[in-house]
Amino acid sequence: MAELIIYGIVLGSIISLGAIGLSLVYGIIRFANFAHGDFLTAGAYIALFLVTGVFSWIGIPDNTFGALSFGWQMVIAFPVSMAVVGCVAIALDRILYRKLRQKRSGAVMLAMSSLGAAFIIRMIILIIWGADSLFYRPGLMRPALELPLGIKIRPDQILILLIVFFLVGLLHLFLQNTKMGKAMRATADNMELALISGINTERIIIWTWGIGGALAAAGGILYGIDVQLHPYMGWNFLIPLFAATILGTIGNIYGALIGGLTIGIAQQVSTAFLLPTYKLAVAFIIMILILLIRPKGIFGKD
Amino acid sequence: MIILKTEDITVGYTEVDILHDVHIKVRSGEIVSVIGPNGAGKSTLLKTIFGILKPRHGNVTFKDEDITGLKPDRVVRKGISYVPQVDNVFPSLTIQENMEMGAFIRRDDYSQRLDEVYDLFPVLRERKKQKVGQLSGGQRQMVAMGRALMLDPQVLLLDEPSAGLAPVLVSMIFEKIKEINATGVAMIIVEQNAREALKMAHHGYVLAMGRNVLNDKGEALLANEEVGRLYLGG
Repeated sequence: MAELIIYGIVLGSIISLGAIGLSLVYGIIRFANFAHGDFLTAGAYIALFLVTGVFSWIGIPDNTFGALSFGWQMVIAFPVSMAVVGCVAIALDRILYRKLRQKRSGAVMLAMSSLGAAFIIRMIILIIWGADSLFYRPGLMRPALELPLGIKIRPDQILILLIVFFLVGLLHLFLQNTKMGKAMRATADNMELALISGINTERIIIWTWGIGGALAAAGGILYGIDVQLHPYMGWNFLIPLFAATILGTIGNIYGALIGGLTIGIAQQVSTAFLLPTYKLAVAFIIMILILLIRPKGIFGKD
Repeated sequence: MIILKTEDITVGYTEVDILHDVHIKVRSGEIVSVIGPNGAGKSTLLKTIFGILKPRHGNVTFKDEDITGLKPDRVVRKGISYVPQVDNVFPSLTIQENMEMGAFIRRDDYSQRLDEVYDLFPVLRERKKQKVGQLSGGQRQMVAMGRALMLDPQVLLLDEPSAGLAPVLVSMIFEKIKEINATGVAMIIVEQNAREALKMAHHGYVLAMGRNVLNDKGEALLANEEVGRLYLGG
């Protein structure tokens, strides 16, 4: 059981990265971005493209760090992929969502268009890489460390947790201490007043997409390192992402972090009683329960 | 000197016009109160001056410059600040952060201005780390006015500053408005509380059904029998 909880925290931390981005975007633009899951997939595959393609070709060493399953190539691919997906998210906003906003389309219209964008991203990945599961390092399985209480954890997983908490910490510092971060929170609070105060809200929206996309990419790569890559990986994350976002109160990034961890733990612990294929159903049931009992989430004010 | 004026403003949210040929003049350092029954278009006038609504015809002139149709984030850079009636604070930000957002477009060191705003509203200085969502209605109104003052505006547009406040707070807010005006800030105040608004006004405008009905010095309007009967409740 302790082991399942640890695995749940690892999975949950990855869900959190996606949920935070989803929540940020919702907080400012107020629509459910169904393409967010596929940002995770895109991030994972762009890193794969760099690691298995470009970097070997330009001669970046292919060794791994000690007990970890990756090395310099991934260290470089990670931020590059985050930046690329951040730009993809911004581009998607400029060419699609912004146009709809300017036409004063409703939230449903935006959500439906994001569903279309999600299909496009997924199909591009399917065309290029096919429908099989892939690995950053096929065949490489590092032994798990034995911790007290019989807990087994792979060094990769410890690093995943550290990276997630580093990124969330960085985002926290950005939102609390920088002028742009404060303006982002102000815009999420009251966009009209932000505009009245002279804040360029279109610039805030660009930052929001960039950060949301980059965090999603990070989540996708970490999942790829922990488990595997698959064209439907992000799509399958969509329900856990929404469950985590709603649980933690839509628009609240700290809520999204807690929501993500809760959903991740619940999903993993459920495998002690249910078949692993029901994991997604567990997230879905939690989401429905929250919507019925406390629709505004744990941090929502009634 | 006339610092702000509108000429023949006709504007509406949809096809239907709310204001018809409305004109108003503000001299520098002056308080102008706009009164009139509900639905007269008083708030619409402020929104049009600030560029939230685009007039169908007519002009807004600020310091001899035509600012008709400029967007709010441009108008605020000219030296006009606006305090909406509702949703006029950032509730999840602290008082201090609300002030920083008020000063968002300033690139210089605004710590002195912040001190002046806190001197005007000392209670805000004491609670500057507190989230605005937790404050009372009167304190929120102070935050809203403080935020708008951070840019050191030449004209302040106040939409119903006393709405929803307890009587004791109403007189406090009006006192603060006089203090702000004493520092040389011209103002347009839209108020339901017409008697109080006219008492402190240098000049008053009466709007009804989206049209100018009367304008005169504040005390003259207070003394006017017809205004008293129709708009000041006898």
